[in-house]
Amino acid sequence: MAIDRTEPTTAPGQIQLAVTGVSKRFGGVRAVEDVSIAVRRGAIASVIGPNGAGKTSLLNMISGFYKPDTGSIVFDGTDITRFRPSEIAACGIARTFQNIALFSGMTVLDNIMLGRHVHMKAGILSSLVYWGLAQREEVRHRARVEELIDFLGLQDLRRQPAGALAYGLRKRVELARALALDPKVLLLDEPMGGMNQEEKEDMARYILDVNEQWGTTVILIEHDMALVMDISDRVSVLDRGRKIAEGTPAEVQRNPDVMRAYLGGVAEEEQAA
Amino acid sequence: MGGFDWGFTFVLVVNGVMVGLMYALIALGFVLICKATDVINFAQGEFVMFAAFIAAGVAGAGLNFWVAALVSIIGMVALGFGLERVVLRPLIGRGIIAVVMATIGLAAVLRGVAVLIFGPDTRAITMPVGDMPINLGIVSVPPAQLAGAVVSIIFLAVFSWFFLKSRVGVAMRAVADSQQVAMAMGINVRRYFALAWAMAGVVSAIGGVVWGAMLGVDNQIALVGLKVFPVVILGGLDSIVGAIVGGLIIGVVENLAAGYFDPVVGGGTKDFAPYLVMLIVLMIRPEGMFGRRRIERV
Repeated sequence: MAIDRTEPTTAPGQIQLAVTGVSKRFGGVRAVEDVSIAVRRGAIASVIGPNGAGKTSLLNMISGFYKPDTGSIVFDGTDITRFRPSEIAACGIARTFQNIALFSGMTVLDNIMLGRHVHMKAGILSSLVYWGLAQREEVRHRARVEELIDFLGLQDLRRQPAGALAYGLRKRVELARALALDPKVLLLDEPMGGMNQEEKEDMARYILDVNEQWGTTVILIEHDMALVMDISDRVSVLDRGRKIAEGTPAEVQRNPDVMRAYLGGVAEEEQAA
Repeated sequence: MGGFDWGFTFVLVVNGVMVGLMYALIALGFVLICKATDVINFAQGEFVMFAAFIAAGVAGAGLNFWVAALVSIIGMVALGFGLERVVLRPLIGRGIIAVVMATIGLAAVLRGVAVLIFGPDTRAITMPVGDMPINLGIVSVPPAQLAGAVVSIIFLAVFSWFFLKSRVGVAMRAVADSQQVAMAMGINVRRYFALAWAMAGVVSAIGGVVWGAMLGVDNQIALVGLKVFPVVILGGLDSIVGAIVGGLIIGVVENLAAGYFDPVVGGGTKDFAPYLVMLIVLMIRPEGMFGRRRIERV
């Protein structure tokens, strides 16, 4: 794919990612229905909603794992609706997963280095045949990975198998791996899920730092309302596959539909349990 | 029983190690595919057979051994690519039974096609190593067997390095670990599937040339595939170290059975001893010595 990664095609503040009217059904279940979200370059945009609201399905459509039944997704002026996941990653959209998806048998370093994959120019064959190029590339990429290791405080864990780390650290390694793509847009699926308060605050700090230092656009899916409200520029609320509200954190918090969805959602969950 | 004959045992073990290294190399072809693509390839023995036929055919046409080996490697890489593309890719996501049946079918087709193309006669591959037995202390071994063992060690070392250290190898492990996550890293998963089959083709070609040189080439040579299963069950389906250790153990067990039990019971234990080991492993440690314990998330 001939996408020039060095030149941003969207100016700061302009719409960088436009999700327009996407729907996804699984059998009879409407996971996502006619949802539109426009994210400005450099923003932290959050998607919140009760369990089963369609947040992860939406994220899976943006990252290419699900193909929307209707609607379109445009990134930096390119329609990526039908792109394969690997092509979308190559465009500069990185993601993390709700249930940490590290390569658990590999070291922390190997995991993060794999995040550089899209930047490695030497193809499979040439790197098998022509060592020089691959080696030189390796050194260059390693330097970037070291930056990220410092940034996220993972210095002592380079050689540890990723699967052996504590939960909070694994989440951090997964963030490092996503950042290793040097993404223009970072999709985070519940990066603070299952964390204690201190870890959550650390993670929120990292997200803000990434956004500030590199101007990375962040799309954040979270359960924890309070933290989302603290760090987001825009918040979209999904309920049962539909977008029921959107706005600044303050606007969304005042929205009666949102209150109902959240309180109703909690009540239903408790009934189910 | 009289005194334990250490010399005899030593000979059996050395021969077992030699043949075990060959099993390890052939099992490596199986492991590569299983590791990268999650496919259990029941046609591994037929791959080896086909490679041996190609080499014997080329050598039979009067060309030199190295040319024959090279043609066999190229032919097997092409076959690996082709089969992945035509047979296995359409079956991605179709369940393990469909894929297993496809490879079993493939095995039968390859056995038949080999005879169609090359005829039913036993052919020979002659390695340029002479036939003066080489003396290793108490044991002397045929040079072809020693050459086979050396080639196996080299390839096993190269592939171990490849998976542990090289970028492509690490990416391939990532694909094996989780296709989804690998895609999210921008890895083109299909390309790596094709590469795994091509590499299995290379390994099978080497195995076929060496094994064919030792045994002579006809479609019976595919039976070596039956040794692959005890080896990989023992070692772990997706472990290269497992293939090596498993190959050595199975080779030694087989030779000890041949030396000690076959004369007593009149033969046959050599052939089922590896499977006995396999059954025991399945009962006490189903993932093998070095295999990944698969945890199913519900």
